[in-house]
Amino acid sequence: MPARIVLQQADITRALTRISHEILESNRGPDNLVILGIPTRGVVLADRIGGLLREISGTLVPVGALDVTLYRDDLGRNPTRAPSPTQVPPGGIDGKTVVLVDDVLYSGRTIRAALDALGSIGRPSIVRLATLIDRGHRELPIRPDFVGKNLPSSQSERINVHLQEIDGDEYVSIEESGS
Amino acid sequence: MRHLLSTRDLSRDQAIAILDVAEDMADVADREVKKLPTLRGKTVVNLFFEDSTRTRISFEAAAKRLSADVINFSAKGSSVSKGESLKDTAQTLAAIGADAVVIRHGSSGAPLVLANAGWIEAAIVNAGDGTHEHPTQALLDAFTIRRRLHGPASRGHGLDGVTVTIVGDILHSRVARSNVWLLTTLGASVTLVAPATLLPIGVDEWPVAVLFDLDEALARQADVVMMLRIQSERMHAAFFPNAREYSRQWGLDDGRLDRLGPDSIVMHPGPMNRGLEISAGAADSPQSTVLEQVANGVSVRMAVLYLLLSGERTLS
Amino acid sequence: MTETILVRGATLADGTRTDILVRAGVIAELGKAIFASADRLIDADGLIALPGLVDLHTHLREPGFEQSETVLTGSRAAAIGGFTAVHAMANTSPVADTAGVVEQVQALGVAAGYVTVRPIGAVTVGLEGRQLAEIGAMANSRARVRVFSDDGKCVSDALLMRRALEYVTTFGGVVAQHAQEPRLTEGAQMNEGTLSGELGLAGWPAVAEESIIARDVLLAQHVGARLHICHLSTAGSVDVVRWAKARGIAVTAEVTPHHLLLTEQLASGYDSRYKVNPPLRRDEDVHAVRAGLADGTIDIVATDHAPHPVEAKDCEWEAAAFGMVGLESALSVVQASVVDTGLLDWSDVARVFSRAPAAIGRLDGYDRGIAVGSPAEFTLYDASASRVFDTSRLRGKGLNSPYLETTLPGRVVATIHDGYATVLDGELVEADAVARFAAAAGAREAGVRNG
Repeated sequence: MPARIVLQQADITRALTRISHEILESNRGPDNLVILGIPTRGVVLADRIGGLLREISGTLVPVGALDVTLYRDDLGRNPTRAPSPTQVPPGGIDGKTVVLVDDVLYSGRTIRAALDALGSIGRPSIVRLATLIDRGHRELPIRPDFVGKNLPSSQSERINVHLQEIDGDEYVSIEESGS
Repeated sequence: MRHLLSTRDLSRDQAIAILDVAEDMADVADREVKKLPTLRGKTVVNLFFEDSTRTRISFEAAAKRLSADVINFSAKGSSVSKGESLKDTAQTLAAIGADAVVIRHGSSGAPLVLANAGWIEAAIVNAGDGTHEHPTQALLDAFTIRRRLHGPASRGHGLDGVTVTIVGDILHSRVARSNVWLLTTLGASVTLVAPATLLPIGVDEWPVAVLFDLDEALARQADVVMMLRIQSERMHAAFFPNAREYSRQWGLDDGRLDRLGPDSIVMHPGPMNRGLEISAGAADSPQSTVLEQVANGVSVRMAVLYLLLSGERTLS
Repeated sequence: MTETILVRGATLADGTRTDILVRAGVIAELGKAIFASADRLIDADGLIALPGLVDLHTHLREPGFEQSETVLTGSRAAAIGGFTAVHAMANTSPVADTAGVVEQVQALGVAAGYVTVRPIGAVTVGLEGRQLAEIGAMANSRARVRVFSDDGKCVSDALLMRRALEYVTTFGGVVAQHAQEPRLTEGAQMNEGTLSGELGLAGWPAVAEESIIARDVLLAQHVGARLHICHLSTAGSVDVVRWAKARGIAVTAEVTPHHLLLTEQLASGYDSRYKVNPPLRRDEDVHAVRAGLADGTIDIVATDHAPHPVEAKDCEWEAAAFGMVGLESALSVVQASVVDTGLLDWSDVARVFSRAPAAIGRLDGYDRGIAVGSPAEFTLYDASASRVFDTSRLRGKGLNSPYLETTLPGRVVATIHDGYATVLDGELVEADAVARFAAAAGAREAGVRNG
């Protein structure tokens, strides 16, 4: 079965804009916010959300990257992955409201690892989670605060997120995995 | 990567990948919590047939920062010194369930034998074998040079165009060998400086330049001058007449230090013989990276252990 | 109980096709379509009949190192390799430096019966290089020792070497020198060159061998003695021996099968099966020793069969013992390295592997090869065979062969020693059967001598 496009570029932009509004709404403004993307595509999404927050609120919101590779619990089940840099914004995260950003939320294990990773770089007062796609099949008690699109899927299906900055084109598609 | 046995068989991409992961590991050292859960449940054995407190504690710190369990097996004064073979030791460690064995051995090639003989499935890390190689030392040296040159923007870089002069007992130095292969793989040009007695036969076929005269070499203003430890027992085997003459001809003294370019860096793998191959002034100068090398050693060894132990184990 | 054996349709080294009739321990008749009754008929169609191979350099390890090899097991390894005589090196425990030890080794050889075992006597007491061993007593013993060697160690003291050369001459013997300058090879692990430098293994320079050979040929010339050079391994050594022979010096030299085929490159994986003394050398050296063997500079091939127990090789390179087993594979390796490459023909093989080593060792019966009236010592070899050499081909105790899992040409089909078969259809004849034949042959020969 060929890949089926579920979000076009305009849909993605619209979803991120809505998420940005929701973040500001729930935080009652831009103060004290830190946006941390989870590599690889979460970092791009975090950058875009940072830009949107600035556009909407007129305030510069610190954006960074949080690598979770070294905190994963499934390292022995997959080929070795190279970690990506973690970039903590200059103000740090202590006492801040950190919004973690990822492209697809699935089992929740990445987010569990992210929470551990976060704990080793500081102590935020609140941690929230934004994801472009929530495809279900959670294995841990983790739930997103901001969702671009809920996309019910079967576990045999694969979700592809393409972003301009990384892939040169932009869409979200779903397909039967080739295995 | 299944084992780390030498730098000779590392490709440029592999070497840069290790150094890049080491950058991530170095970041951890700056954090509030310096420990990662990455290798929880893994067992790393430090199997040391030669004393080397520095290398052992560096590997131990690296493994512990990654939450691995560490067993130190000092073969001196153990059953090994009573005639137990490498094979029996290896099979014992396999039975204990070692996931990685960090081996320091006086015999060149012992880590390779351990990796290939089928006695143990663990990942093998060469922590110095005879006069063959000491790959993690070379990796930490390359890492140190790269950080001095590129600072926080080091990731992805090789050492293209960097000039490195290595001075001392090349013949018996595993550090020199590992550095020659690694640094040249990363694009650096390497010059070796030593008396002819301390250069191996066939060195003319290595990818390096060779000089006998240290002053001539220093006049070329290398980016890096790496001094090797000279062992005093060498003079008894007629490699050179005495320490005084060696120091005068091939030691980095204060006068020679002054003639280095201001941006040149001075490296030494340690432990140093101050006053013999390096003066106290040179060792403690701002150009010296000796302590950075020690700190970077932990990051590089974390990277190596991570890369060897984190992926799926494919049984051979 | 002696056998009459009729071999049908063998091809001699010179290409002649012939039947061979063996009766009462000697070759009774040669020719086409021999009509005779025989206890045993061997079809040798397509097989080469070579005179029995004589090894001038074998480590049988007994007495003292029976976990590595015994005279019996080493004799079996020799027979399956086509040998009918071996010279047992002196580095046993106790060292073969007295008449008692050499007579014991010889007696064990006779009892085993697979090959003639000729003990080599030590040059110096305990191989220690300080004091001459009882060379006269060994020469005059029942073992009639004619080859003296401290092999494994070099007789490095120039004065002692001079005296040994002179003294051995008194008994018609020869000193077989293990040419290795000890100071230049302290801790040495492999050939010194680019590769040893890269591997970090202490180098064994060619000059350590060549300088001793140069010194010893000059000593031999000076005192008018015979000198034999063991396991020559470098191009420079070939040059020195060639120079010495051109000057008329009575020097002979041997090369091992492994130095004819293998190079130092094999050490690069630190697999200690390739650790040997002298070490494997460069490709240039391999070609030089082949050329030296082809032009007669090197007189003979000798195996330096050096069995070790598994644990002596199942370890890191520096801890491993030096040496390789070689009897079982020798003829195949010679075929691969110098026959199939066109450097030697089968007559040359008969010379370098039978007649010449027998002459150096003063071993009777091999001077005419396969000829009517000569003792029946020969082997039937299938040069067209090709096989993966594995441990199932080894018959000694040592498994330390460098050829395991490699393909080698040729196969020994039958070996006839002293008129009886030790190998038939490519397999050893049972030990008790061989011992019975040997005892009968011994009784017959005693009868001949007494009558």
